[in-house]
Amino acid sequence: MKYRHLILRNLVRKKTRTALTIGSFAVALFLFGLLNVLHDAFAQGMEVAGADRLVVVNRVSIIQPLPFSYRDRLLRVPGVTHVTFANWFGGVYQDEKNFFAQFAIDREGYRQMFPEYLIDDGQWRAFLGDKEAAIAGEALAEKFKWKIGDRIPIRGTIYQGTWEFNLRGIYRGQRAQDDVNQFWLRWDYLDERTQIGKSRVGWYTLRIASPDDATRVAKAIDDGFANSPYETKTDTEKAFAASFVKQMGNIQLLMLTVGSVVFFTLLLVTGNTMAIAVRERTRELAVLKAVGFTDTFVLVMVIAETMIVAALGGGLGLGLAKLLTLRGDPTGGLLPYFQLGADAVALGLALALAVGLIAGFLPALAAARLRVVEALRRV
Amino acid sequence: MSLIEVRNLGKIYQRGSEEIHVLRDLNLDVDAGEFVAFMGPSGSGKTTLLNLLGGLDLPSEGRITVAGDEITRMSGSRLTAWRARHVGFVFQMYNLIPVLTAFQNVELPLLLTSLSKSERRRHVEAALTIVGLEERMHHYPRQLSGGQEQRVGIARAIVADPTFLLCDEPTGDLDRKSADEVLELLDQLVREYGKTVLIITHDPLAAQRAASVRHLEKGALVEE
Repeated sequence: MKYRHLILRNLVRKKTRTALTIGSFAVALFLFGLLNVLHDAFAQGMEVAGADRLVVVNRVSIIQPLPFSYRDRLLRVPGVTHVTFANWFGGVYQDEKNFFAQFAIDREGYRQMFPEYLIDDGQWRAFLGDKEAAIAGEALAEKFKWKIGDRIPIRGTIYQGTWEFNLRGIYRGQRAQDDVNQFWLRWDYLDERTQIGKSRVGWYTLRIASPDDATRVAKAIDDGFANSPYETKTDTEKAFAASFVKQMGNIQLLMLTVGSVVFFTLLLVTGNTMAIAVRERTRELAVLKAVGFTDTFVLVMVIAETMIVAALGGGLGLGLAKLLTLRGDPTGGLLPYFQLGADAVALGLALALAVGLIAGFLPALAAARLRVVEALRRV
Repeated sequence: MSLIEVRNLGKIYQRGSEEIHVLRDLNLDVDAGEFVAFMGPSGSGKTTLLNLLGGLDLPSEGRITVAGDEITRMSGSRLTAWRARHVGFVFQMYNLIPVLTAFQNVELPLLLTSLSKSERRRHVEAALTIVGLEERMHHYPRQLSGGQEQRVGIARAIVADPTFLLCDEPTGDLDRKSADEVLELLDQLVREYGKTVLIITHDPLAAQRAASVRHLEKGALVEE
């Protein structure tokens, strides 16, 4: 490209100014990347949700249990092909800072319901053969340097006492976004040992024959348990996950607002900087036009300068955000999917370029419309 | 037939309700290979005439024909293309781009042509050799003296081999020695390369170099 040096050399004309403008883009895009990471982390449950899975909880609240006896009734609902259940255990491992999700799971149906969690057959058999067995996600095992055979003590907070589990398996996720920070114990062991909430489960997860049938099946279930002591609320797994996110406030709106303000400010700052840059070069632009460069060329040249700044700053900011996420979840398990995806990077770059284009357009238009005679007369 | 024919040229600027006649009924012929100097007091219309001859501005009346092309009838985009092909500008303040080297500054008009990179290099080197700055081609304007900057400006003006050169006070910002060097160079372009040079100047010594001197007063050419 024969005009390359003409455009690139203009960028180093005022190095500090160019560096600061690139820095503005970098900060904005770093923030964008981080907000995206947080958004995806919160929405991870929705991302991994199976289209053919429903979740049944107590209508009053998720913390209210449902009877174990519902399992057989749920299986009889037309359209339901498979049922499993789990309980929140909520214990503490060594220190309360070591938070991770602990589920007492249905040993018969859980693995079949969640095929995205990959576990070795031998390890699963060992889990089934030991009441005190537990399975940990690979990230969790890695974090605490657990290995199979370890005995893991957990202090119960809901289910009082100290519980000791034998680590019989370590599961992996099929996809990057699968949560590999969970700790599974056997529900039958919990039910056997506990004195509270016997024969109660926290929630049911169902598989249905057709995702298109979800609304009808959900209604049939909730109608079937209406006016009982344990009324149900049935949702798709995605809606269930979304309701969790909503409990933390409208994170999406918050992020959108913060992001919009940042980008609008960036637009003004960059537009102003480019306007100054163009004004300072009035005579040079006039000379270019005098020797035969067209208005369109001048327009494109100024926009190209802005867009290069935007691309450099955007790339830097997104690169830094990516670097930050390479070490994974900084919260120790609250945000298991802490990653900056390729789509977010592409969107960020596109946004940066769009800001560059818009911010550069007015100064570029002014440069293109510059009258040579008047511009040369200016000192 | 003259290379440049100016007929009944007039330029009026509007300032509020007032009309200012900067040029009026001006007629001029310049032959190919001629070195013409325009002199006159400030406000006499010299720069306006140069802008009109260079296709940087359009007259209010009259016409300008250069090598058979009536430039006063051209659209903006055609005029831009015409300037690139036919006019070499030399400015009083040199107007080099400070972030480009002497080579890159001189190369600018050639970027608008279809010449290859090696052809452009050859042309630029030739132009810089003519102005005696082939050793300074990788210097930036800030590393050159005023006289050298102006010579780079002249190299930029001649590199695309334009039909004529328009020089607006080319020695106005130079000391006597540098000014003489620049004038000698312009003279050499006329004598050795057959270039047509039109120069605006306040400097009588500069005007002396020209084959003919035209005087402008109140927007009209006058006999001395």
